[in-house]
Amino acid sequence: MSGHSTYQPQNKALQWLEKRLPIGGLMHSSFVAYPTPRNLNYWWTFGGILTFMLGVQIVTGIVLAMHYTPQVDMAFDSVEGIMRDVNYGWLLRYVHANGASMFFLAAYIHMFRGMYYGSYKEPREVLWILGVILLLLMIATGFMGYVLVWGQMSFWAATVITNLFSAIPGVGESIVTWLWGGYAVGNPTLNRFYSLHYLLPFVIAGVVVLHVWALHVVGQNNPAGIEPKSDKDTVPFTPYATAKDGFMMVVFCILFAWFVFYIPNFLGHADNYIPANPAVTPSEIVPEWYYLPFYAILRSIPNKLLGVIALFSSIAILAFMPWLDTSRVRSARFRPLYRQFFWLFVIAAVGLGWLGSKPPEGIYVVVSRIFTAYYFAFFLIILPLLGVFEKTRPLPISISESVLGAKA
Amino acid sequence: MSTVSSAEHSRRDFLYIATGAVGAVGVAAALVPFIAQMNPDASTIAAGAAVDIDLAPIADGQIVKVFWRSKPIFIFHRTAKEIAEAKNVDVASLPDPEPDSERVKPGHEQWLVVIGICTHLGCIPLAHQGEYDGWFCPCHGSQYDTAGRIRKGPAPKNLYLPPYKFVSDTKIQIG
Repeated sequence: MSGHSTYQPQNKALQWLEKRLPIGGLMHSSFVAYPTPRNLNYWWTFGGILTFMLGVQIVTGIVLAMHYTPQVDMAFDSVEGIMRDVNYGWLLRYVHANGASMFFLAAYIHMFRGMYYGSYKEPREVLWILGVILLLLMIATGFMGYVLVWGQMSFWAATVITNLFSAIPGVGESIVTWLWGGYAVGNPTLNRFYSLHYLLPFVIAGVVVLHVWALHVVGQNNPAGIEPKSDKDTVPFTPYATAKDGFMMVVFCILFAWFVFYIPNFLGHADNYIPANPAVTPSEIVPEWYYLPFYAILRSIPNKLLGVIALFSSIAILAFMPWLDTSRVRSARFRPLYRQFFWLFVIAAVGLGWLGSKPPEGIYVVVSRIFTAYYFAFFLIILPLLGVFEKTRPLPISISESVLGAKA
Repeated sequence: MSTVSSAEHSRRDFLYIATGAVGAVGVAAALVPFIAQMNPDASTIAAGAAVDIDLAPIADGQIVKVFWRSKPIFIFHRTAKEIAEAKNVDVASLPDPEPDSERVKPGHEQWLVVIGICTHLGCIPLAHQGEYDGWFCPCHGSQYDTAGRIRKGPAPKNLYLPPYKFVSDTKIQIG
């Protein structure tokens, strides 16, 4: 990765700049000449898509902030003003709201890719943990953004989620009061959520820089899960990965545009078009779809404190995957047993998401508990045991051999 | 990498240029909403609609201040003496030459309607002050006469006229 840069600018001005701030060389070695495994498939394009979506959210968010008023009596109306009066306001709002959904969709696909191909394993542990941190930051940012609308769902989601902290013994109530800035969710809460919602995306951007840095130091994983051994195993990032990323970005944007222009409120909840009423709780409080699996896990534990612990653990446990998985083989392509448990995990995660939208009664509770049990068993029991007992398939000799066959 | 024939080279060039061109058009199109959203929105434009002002309560010699499109408008019900002072001037000697007749509506010369913003750097001049019986701007000392014309001081132009018309003898519509 380090070594003499191949970047030699022809232009005199660029040479001058390169001697003083070698940003051209950095961009060149990171995104043009960077050796990329030649067998990457389309599941590898979601990192680029995520970076693009972060940019979209930041830019639309900043222009929305020019028209939004973070005060309890005016917030909801200012959002309606954006929708009705601001030039292209309807477009900016729908892009930002649906953009959050697309951001999480891309993030979950990106994470499932990592889980399937073993991208969290040595030497990519720090890369993976930075990713878990990014997920936590995204969850916090998305939650606070949704509160800003100050509809019924915004207000009551804020109440429910901040109340989670009251489960902490002793200091819980004080923490909740501290978060609220008052005796209930109110104007102080709205103001501080606005400030933090503006801040966190830039923290995310900073952690993304660390994430890409950590990636470039160790090099990318690939579908075969074996490291590149020679130059024949890699191709330069530009034009190969650039074109693949660009193409998938366009496909992704078609899906994105489908939501924004044809069904912009499909993923939202109608109750959030009712201004917040602190005296009336809606008959069903549901978070946005991307939080539903965690919501289902929370509700499936009958004890308040243990439910909160399960909720936070369900995300935190991801960070331990590099050490919970004891297998020497990275990619699920060569792990026939792991592959089956992985797909069961996907079914459990998606299933929990669907169950999170259902009322917590009857058969829904039973199935939620089964899926929650499987969720934790996957990390705590299955991953450690598989490494010991699984009979893996033989690995290919090299990446180019796996792609090109024996002719390589 | 095997060698590529020149036909495939130019095919690749074509693809690059075509993709780049479509991408550039896309970027330009994507910029439009972000630039346009900073222009006044529909509620601001609606709030800037024309206003009707009733002139009946304005006494002889009184200057009234109203707002239109967030700008202060001076409505001056001039006395005969003030009208005479405005007319009795060598127009060519004025810093911004303009006869009084061009600053009022025909048949309504007792009504002067001007935007109350000093043409120097934007302060609101004070009424019935200064040596010319008009306005005096306290910021840098500009002085305007009874026709709202600059006479002394750093302001370059006469007080601007808003668009307005007489709906009746006692009512004007500004805007």
